[in-house]
Amino acid sequence: MSLELRGVRQSYGDVEVLHGVDLTGRPGEVLAVVGANGAGKSTLIRILAGAQRMTSGELRIDGERVDLRSPHDAHARGIRTVYQELSIVGGLSVTENLLMGAFPRRRGGLIDWPEAHRRARELLDSAGFGAIDPRVLAGRLSVARQQMVEIAKALAGEVKVLVLDEPSAVLAGSDLESLFALIRRLRERGVLVVYVSHRLAEVMELADSIVVIKDGLIIATTEPAKTSEAELIGLMAGRRLEQIYPARREPPAETRLEISGLSRRGEFEDISFELRAGEIVGLFGLVGSGRSEMARCVFGAEPATKGNGAYRSPAEAIAAGLALVTEDRKRSGLILGMTVLDNIALATMRENRRGPLIDAAGRRRRVTEMIDRLSIQPGRCATMPVGALSGGNQQKAVLAKWLLAGPRVLILDEPTRGVDMATRVDIYRMVDDLARQGLAVLLISSDLTEVLGATDRVLVMREGRLAGDLRSETTTEDEILAHAIGQAA
Amino acid sequence: MTGHIARIRTTRLIVGGRDITVTAAFVSLIVLLVAVAALTSDTFLTQTNLTNLLKQMVTTGLLAFGMLVVILTGGIDLSVGSMVAFSGILTAGLVTGLPIPVAMIIGVLSGVGFGLINGVLVSRFGLAAFVVTLASLTTIRGLAFVYSEVPIAPEDPAFFTLGSAMAGPIPVSTLIMLAVFAAGGVFLTRTPAGRSIVAIGGNAETVRLAGINVPRHVTLAYTISGACAGLAGVILASRVGIAQPSVGVAFELDAIAACVIGGASLAGGRGSTRATFGGVLVLVLINNLLNLYGVQSFWQQVLKGLIIIAVILVQRTNRVRG
Repeated sequence: MSLELRGVRQSYGDVEVLHGVDLTGRPGEVLAVVGANGAGKSTLIRILAGAQRMTSGELRIDGERVDLRSPHDAHARGIRTVYQELSIVGGLSVTENLLMGAFPRRRGGLIDWPEAHRRARELLDSAGFGAIDPRVLAGRLSVARQQMVEIAKALAGEVKVLVLDEPSAVLAGSDLESLFALIRRLRERGVLVVYVSHRLAEVMELADSIVVIKDGLIIATTEPAKTSEAELIGLMAGRRLEQIYPARREPPAETRLEISGLSRRGEFEDISFELRAGEIVGLFGLVGSGRSEMARCVFGAEPATKGNGAYRSPAEAIAAGLALVTEDRKRSGLILGMTVLDNIALATMRENRRGPLIDAAGRRRRVTEMIDRLSIQPGRCATMPVGALSGGNQQKAVLAKWLLAGPRVLILDEPTRGVDMATRVDIYRMVDDLARQGLAVLLISSDLTEVLGATDRVLVMREGRLAGDLRSETTTEDEILAHAIGQAA
Repeated sequence: MTGHIARIRTTRLIVGGRDITVTAAFVSLIVLLVAVAALTSDTFLTQTNLTNLLKQMVTTGLLAFGMLVVILTGGIDLSVGSMVAFSGILTAGLVTGLPIPVAMIIGVLSGVGFGLINGVLVSRFGLAAFVVTLASLTTIRGLAFVYSEVPIAPEDPAFFTLGSAMAGPIPVSTLIMLAVFAAGGVFLTRTPAGRSIVAIGGNAETVRLAGINVPRHVTLAYTISGACAGLAGVILASRVGIAQPSVGVAFELDAIAACVIGGASLAGGRGSTRATFGGVLVLVLINNLLNLYGVQSFWQQVLKGLIIIAVILVQRTNRVRG
């Protein structure tokens, strides 16, 4: 079955993340999709899986226009998707996970267990994962094996298109070999395999054709024989010449934060770096590299297992002048049901008191000043629920909360994700101003252009370790990405 | 668009502590209840009935305020009815050996202690509030019976003062309850601790990352609820003149109902003292009316349940329409 996307656009609110994607896949082809974080790969996958309805554009199957209404719809048409996040239910057996919703029944309606296990066995064998026992609890399996169960599950019934999102992220050695063997068998059977991965070596080995996606556009379509890993990295990083980042020229002053040998089991290891006053340091890493976890640990939100320099609790970090603007403002940055006033004043309630009571007039004045200074829109929003503001203005409200605390070190985790361009520019200007006033800023970002354009120095993390410390002036997006992927010379 | 505006308006009514604008429908419901009562019953407007009404709302009122504080954190306190029984019987038992005010303070402190234990179990050990307070419901009830299987009726008439004294036309106990609500309103809207409690119910992780000690504030909320229950128990024993270990069964339900009628969200983060007080009025008026009509007590329970659902539905529709 051939699959075709034409002019696919996708917007979330005001932000368009896919700007007209064209893509063609033929039966019996392994089509690799590569791109940096935030390029639009996940959105593309969700559209193919029927989990997201495209804002505009069309999807054609064998030339016929199709509207995927739900994941169920996509499944029924033979399009199967295996996401990076596993959906295995650990408390159920492998058989139950594989046959969920489609158990063989005896007369009388009871589940026919011997038959169920036999079918599960068959499914695993045909996928080439014969080493997995269908009777064990799925939760007892290693993550790699769970991933294989997930893939086997997707292969039940008639499969025409198999979409794999970073399938190799948790696989290694012989498990990885089994996966590759399976993909090759599927290709021979005429299945279209859409293979989304960061790992370029695999892509070069497996793919028949490769598309590079960047900033919501397919910027190149090529084949392994006609390209190289280095060229792909160059394409993924790309170049944009927009004057959205203020020029950085401030000489760094005294050290504000010194982290050495910081580790947290299972998340990151042996991280050492310094932040100096007046300096903006970028922190780049692919999803899963441990950068947000490391920042949370420095701030005292999670305990470290080893190392020095991290604070023991957020209260201690705040007292020392740290501020952490977290990645997910809805989950950990804001209280959506409360007013803008309450939200912005949250971290400074104790400092602004008159006797036992909050100094209401003073609080209002300080918050209003901050609303004006950051030009949070609408301007008279202090008594509005913060959830009624747009994404960019919500982000500014989180920033305002921390600026009121008068920080000396500001950690920003993906401050511009889901934020419109105008607000982005505002945020870059403000961060630059703050650094000029002597703040040390750590800017965590998966946006290569941002991490290079808005900073003085870039730290790169890969698989929980610090993989590079580069001067923004002299490095390139290619070099940063190469460190993040592990291809650096 | 209308829906959008409506949402903003209700949220504002609830979050900022600026609950002066309690929905018109809610206020008219209370007025309606009073009007119906006054028109259909000769006894409603009599001095005796009104005084009774004012005294009856003290227990529900105190428990509802404590419950509101806990509900705001996203928790629940099912043990308040048992605390009422325990503090009452403890106080009545102690008055033979101790000065009455001291006995009463100890009664209130018993509630503080139980609340503190509830709070620590919920916040430090991360146990589910429902389970913890369900366990303390039965434990504390048991302790009340262990302390005295039979009711205790102190003879010293000074024991009755707290529950029966009048300040002009208004019972002193009612004034105490009103004072708790007034102070509670200021606490929840104007102090860092109160705002933190509301914020925790909204998003505990955000609050934690703002450097606020979440477990301590959650513990404080349960302690406040315990203190209110302890005080309610002492006042109730003093009013009735006799402390019974079996008193207060299902009182927690009225307290929760008052909060919910007042628009509090059981998920936490949303609720106001004024609206909860309105909820208390609605409940007490309904009880009083059904009594005046001579409705049989089992039917009273049925009717009360149905009326609560009706009131909440009206509140809901009202909120959606704005």
